[in-house]
Amino acid sequence: MTFDVPEDRRYLESHEWAHETNGVVRVGITEFAQDELGDVVFVELPDEGDSVTQEAEFGVIESIKAVSDLYAPAGGEIVSVNEALFDSPELVNDDPFGEGWMLEIDADDTDELEALLSAEEYEDQIA
Amino acid sequence: MTDGVDSPVDDETDGGSEAIGGDRSGRTDDRVRYDQARYVEDGQYEPLLSEKDLTRVEIGEDSPLPEELTRDSLELPSLSEPELARHYTRLSQMVYGIDSGPYPLGSCTMKYNPKFTEDVAALPSASVHPDRSEQSVQGTLEVLYRLQEYLGLIGGMDAVTLQPPAGAAGEFVGIRVATAYHDHRGEGHRDEVIVPESAHGTNFATAALGGYDVVSLPSDDGGRVDLEALEAALSENTAALMLTNPNTLGLFEREIAEIAEMVHDAGGLLYYDGANLNALLGRARPGDMGFDVMHYNVHKTFATPHGGGGPGAGPVGVVADLAPFLPAPRVREADDASASESESTYELFDPDHTIGTVHGFQGNWLVLVKAFAYIARLGDAGLADASAKAVLNANYLASQIEYDVPYGPFHHEFVASAGEQDAADVAKRMLDYGVHPPTTKWPEIVPEALMTEPTEVESKATLDRLAAAFNAVTTDGDATLEDAPERTTARRIDQTSAARNPRLSWQALEDES
Repeated sequence: MTFDVPEDRRYLESHEWAHETNGVVRVGITEFAQDELGDVVFVELPDEGDSVTQEAEFGVIESIKAVSDLYAPAGGEIVSVNEALFDSPELVNDDPFGEGWMLEIDADDTDELEALLSAEEYEDQIA
Repeated sequence: MTDGVDSPVDDETDGGSEAIGGDRSGRTDDRVRYDQARYVEDGQYEPLLSEKDLTRVEIGEDSPLPEELTRDSLELPSLSEPELARHYTRLSQMVYGIDSGPYPLGSCTMKYNPKFTEDVAALPSASVHPDRSEQSVQGTLEVLYRLQEYLGLIGGMDAVTLQPPAGAAGEFVGIRVATAYHDHRGEGHRDEVIVPESAHGTNFATAALGGYDVVSLPSDDGGRVDLEALEAALSENTAALMLTNPNTLGLFEREIAEIAEMVHDAGGLLYYDGANLNALLGRARPGDMGFDVMHYNVHKTFATPHGGGGPGAGPVGVVADLAPFLPAPRVREADDASASESESTYELFDPDHTIGTVHGFQGNWLVLVKAFAYIARLGDAGLADASAKAVLNANYLASQIEYDVPYGPFHHEFVASAGEQDAADVAKRMLDYGVHPPTTKWPEIVPEALMTEPTEVESKATLDRLAAAFNAVTTDGDATLEDAPERTTARRIDQTSAARNPRLSWQALEDES
C-alpha cells in the first residue's frame, strides 16, 4: 500500500506535516499516520494564543487502537486551531492533508522548517 | 436505532426466517455449538425496568425540605416479583463469565474463584468494624498477620503490607517505597525506571506516576531481556528495573540472577510484577531470584474476585532493607509478657520510615480474607499443584491449536499468532463458539497476538473444547470474521462510534428518545 506524501510540505519523523504560507505554518498528520492509528476518536489541541517550540508536544490524538502525542514542526504562536476536529475527529482519517489539519502556527523562524524531512525523505522513512 | 450496537430490530426480521437452533453460521461443529440467550421485547434487548413499566407515585405529603429540593410525584417501575426475577436472570444469561465457560485472557489470569472463599468472607465473625479495639479483634489481626507471613514465604520477601487496594495500587506503593529507600540513602537523584517493552502497561504508568523517566528496554530475539540493552540502560540514575517473570510471553527470564546482579551493581532495585506469580507458586520465589520489592495480584494468584473497579487487594512484599518504608499500619506479634505461652497476641504498628497510609485501615479485609482462605485451603502441596497445572494446561492447549506459537518454552501462558487473520476478528469469532477469547494484539512482539492463559482450573475436556474453538476459526473466511460474532446477544460492537459518541449516563438515552 502506498500513501500520499505531498511535495509541497515538510515532515517530522513522528509523522506530522508542515505547510508554510507567508510565515504561517499549517500542521497535521500524514495519511500514513492516520492509517496506522485507525479510526481517530479524539483530538486534543492547544488554545489559540499559546506558544510552542519546534518538536515540543502540542496535543494528543486518540484512536480506537492507540493514544499518541503530537509534535510541533515549528516554533511560534498558535494563531488558529481546527475546531471542526472536536466534533468530527474522523476528518483526520478522511482528509489528513486537507480538512483534517490541526493547527496554524505563526512561525518565529521559518528556516526551522529546513531541518525537517523532505517529502522524498519521509517517503523513504515509511517505505 | 442506536449507534453502539447493531439493531435488535434488524435481528427480529432475520430471526423470523430461521428455525430456532438453526445454524446461523453455516457450520455444524458440535464440539463448539453455542447460541447465547437473547431476549427481545418491542424491538429492544431485554428493556430496562424503567422501560418495562413506569407508574406515577404521588408523594401526597408536605416535606420540611425546601420546595426546590422536593417533588410531588415520582415515576417508578412497578413490576411483580417474577417479572423482576426474570429480568435479572435474563440479564445474567445475556453475558458471559467464568461461570459460563473458559476465560483464557492472557496476563489477566481469569481463574475460577472457589465459592468457599465467599462463604468464609460472609461469616458473621468476618464482619468486623475496623475501629474496634485491637484486643477485641485478635482473630482478625491473626488472619492478617498470617497472610503477611504466607505471602512473604511464597514470594521470598521479608516483610509484607496488605494495605494497597489493587494490583496497580500495589505497584505504585512498591515504587513509592523504592523512592523512599533511595531518598533515605541520599540517592534521591535516581530518576529513571527501566521497563521492558513487553511489560504490562501499568508498569510504565506506575513509573511515570511515581515521577520517574521511563526507559524502555527492547527484548532480545528470544523474547527475553536483552542483557546488552540492559547494560546500556543502567546508570547511576537508575532507581529500579520492573520485571515480570515469567514475562508476558510466558517465558522464564533465565538470566534473572545476572540481571539482578547488574541492577544491584548499578545501585538500582529490582521490582517484581506479581501478575504471573501463579506460574511459580511453590516452585520458585522472586526473593530468591534477587528481587527487592514485589506486588501480589491476589485476584490472579489466589483467586479473589477481579476488581472491575470494586474493592481489590494488591499486597506488597519487600526485602528487609525496604521494610521500614512500607505503608502503615502493619500487623505484628506483640511482645506481650502477659500473654500465655501458647497464644500470641497481635498488634498494629507503623514502620519506622513509613511512606504513610495508602488506603483506609488495614486494606480491603474481605478480599484479603478470601486470599487467606484460598492459601490455607490449598496449602504447600496445593499451591505447587496449581502452578504445575497452570503450566501443563497452557502447554497442552498450545499443542492442540493450529495457530503458530513463535516463542517458547513457555510457562502458564503463551502467545499465538493469528498470522494473516486479524487477531481482534479471531477473538470476536471465538465468541461464536461459546468460549471467551484470549487477549489480543499484545504483546506487540508477536504479530496479531493471541495471548492465551487457560489457568490451572480447566479440565482436559474444557481445554479440548477451547482448542476446537481456536481451530474452527482458522478455517473461517474473511467475511465471516469481519461480521463476527453472530451467535451472541450483542453482535459486532461499533467501537469507533462508541468512542466518538459515548453515552455515559441514562440522560444520554433520554436525549435520544
